[in-house]
Amino acid sequence: MEDSEKKAPSVIDRYFTRWYRTDLKGKVCEDHCILQHSNRICVITLAESHPILQNGRKIKNINYQISDGCSRLNNKVSGKSKRGGQFLTEFSPLCRITCTDEQEYTIFSCIRGRLLEVNEAILNKPDLLLEKPSTEGYVAVILPKFEESKSITEGLLTREQYEEVLMKRNQQEEPC
Amino acid sequence: MLYVILLSMLSLKEKDRPVVRKLLCAGCCVRCVLRFCCVGISSAYRRSYQDIHKELLAFVIEENSPSDDVKTDEPPNKRIRVEEDCVTPAETETETDSDICPVCLGVLQDFCDSTFAKQVSDAVKKQQYEFDSLVLTVSLPAQLSVREHSCWLHVKKEVREKSMCLGKDDVIQVKDAFKWAVQGKIGQELGAAVLANSPCEVSVGFVHPETEEDCHFLANTCPGCFKPTKNKASIFTRMAVVKALEKISDEKFSKHYPCPPKKPNTGCTALDTTCLHTSVFIAGRYNKFSRELPQTPWVIDGERRMDGSVEELIAAPLLSSFRADGFNFSSSGREDVDVRTLGNGRPFALELLNPHRSKFNRTEIKQLQETINQSSDKISVRYLQIVTREATSRMKEGEEEKTKTYSALIWTQKAIEDTDLEFLGNIKDLKIAQKTPLRVLHRRPLAVRQRLIHSMSAVYLDTHHFTLKLCTQAGTYIKEFVHGDFGRTKPNLCDLMKTEADILELDVESVDIDWPPAIPD
Ligand SMILES: [Zn+2]
Repeated sequence: MEDSEKKAPSVIDRYFTRWYRTDLKGKVCEDHCILQHSNRICVITLAESHPILQNGRKIKNINYQISDGCSRLNNKVSGKSKRGGQFLTEFSPLCRITCTDEQEYTIFSCIRGRLLEVNEAILNKPDLLLEKPSTEGYVAVILPKFEESKSITEGLLTREQYEEVLMKRNQQEEPC
Repeated sequence: MLYVILLSMLSLKEKDRPVVRKLLCAGCCVRCVLRFCCVGISSAYRRSYQDIHKELLAFVIEENSPSDDVKTDEPPNKRIRVEEDCVTPAETETETDSDICPVCLGVLQDFCDSTFAKQVSDAVKKQQYEFDSLVLTVSLPAQLSVREHSCWLHVKKEVREKSMCLGKDDVIQVKDAFKWAVQGKIGQELGAAVLANSPCEVSVGFVHPETEEDCHFLANTCPGCFKPTKNKASIFTRMAVVKALEKISDEKFSKHYPCPPKKPNTGCTALDTTCLHTSVFIAGRYNKFSRELPQTPWVIDGERRMDGSVEELIAAPLLSSFRADGFNFSSSGREDVDVRTLGNGRPFALELLNPHRSKFNRTEIKQLQETINQSSDKISVRYLQIVTREATSRMKEGEEEKTKTYSALIWTQKAIEDTDLEFLGNIKDLKIAQKTPLRVLHRRPLAVRQRLIHSMSAVYLDTHHFTLKLCTQAGTYIKEFVHGDFGRTKPNLCDLMKTEADILELDVESVDIDWPPAIPD
């Protein structure tokens, strides 16, 4: 039965498409992964190659207060149409994560859309982000506009393109 | 002698005479005359136009016979002059005058004869309804209310002299007079009883473009009464016009509109007769045996994703037997495409819109159930029955409090043994908090809902698989309880078992709602 472990497709494989954005804002290896559900909803997560997930780093602090006037924790949506959610563009910051080595990283929205929720569970348990970055350690849920549900992923990398980027990086042996 | 007959047939009283005279002078049709004399005897309106006309004339003339002992303060010669002026055929009057009634615009004239009744009946027959009763509804041009008001002001004084307690409301409405005149004929043609209430509604309507502007002055006198509404082409709806007429003073009205109303050149035009039968509701319970069948048609971006659906399979034979225009399907909850519904099935109700046939006996319904069941092996139906609209609400009543039982095939990442599953059977009434699942979040509000997992039991299959039976509060998302939905359902089966877990198959085993009642075989 060992191989059934590999065979069984996960919830992500069944219902989501994986998209990537690498070297965000020119910062080497700061890769993000966008999981898009067939219903167009997107879950923003760290890609497995993100520096936070390397070399046994530990998280000191996660901060959703992205500016003096704006905290993602104040985001509230109501009704079926999700009125009142903060509107995000590709480079809207979602949160800042500081590691125990004082390195600070900004996680970005990567796509245009309405913010539905941020993951508050990682505030109390930052290890979730390190242990299960693509499921329970997600960062935010975003609802793209209906008419943009296809176009928002146009500038993103597919899983294959992402893997190519990783291969090239390894050949150049540029450490993250 | 003639005078006595008149009193009995049209039930006009001596004091009606001035009213009759004034109305005839204004060019009113004879049925409008009866209306303003408050004659509430339907048979009076059924008589032919010529008969009523003849008798009304005689009634007015009778007054002048020397044998008439009723007191009057007008000299006889003046009265005769009035008659000669007004109660004469139209040809002798001015050339532009038509013989169309200025109050009902012809509705109570030609449209009350058997030709129009036949025309309406033929339109109904064409649609091949099966019914034994019908209700007739009439829609009239809004300006008829303005003309009615004008005519009322014209004869108000005379009507009040007849009896102080009579008011505008005692005048017989055009609608009622029209129905009294024709509905019997329509019913006879169709072999159906015409009732005040019937599931089968036959609608006739009239329009009169020539006088549409009659209402327009009301928009200035009562602007508050006329607010644009989305679905109406004109702001001058009947309701709005009636409301404005209630508010306007008699003086103001007379300033803007002639009393009595002016004669039109043309009569009303009849709209196409339409028929509508009230919905029939059919209920039952269904099983779904396929993991590739959605409950309702599955359409994404305007394209169908899968062939068929539970509702279509059930509705198809019903639609053709009831000859309905369409249907609305509802059920007690719903299952996903890949979920089966086993056991006693899930309650459903189907509203059949505008059925042309609505009477089916038990045997016929049983045959219909058989037809549905033989049409596909993906579903089956039991307890099929005709129910009332009200009864269908029992299907949704207390939906949240009811319990549902499920059977799920679970995969675990960690290798398991039989004994690893025992603890699940000991968990009772587990409280879970579910955020709206991501898979439905695009169409449902974001919320956290508390749900109860009443009980669970597990049957071990192999080192990575087992069957989980669950009894839960209705409305619990089972798939999310198993895989956790990115940790958005807490606690979830992964938390309880301390391993990644996934749900491979799901069956609904029972929906605990006792409706519709079981039908023994
Ligand atoms: Zn009339």
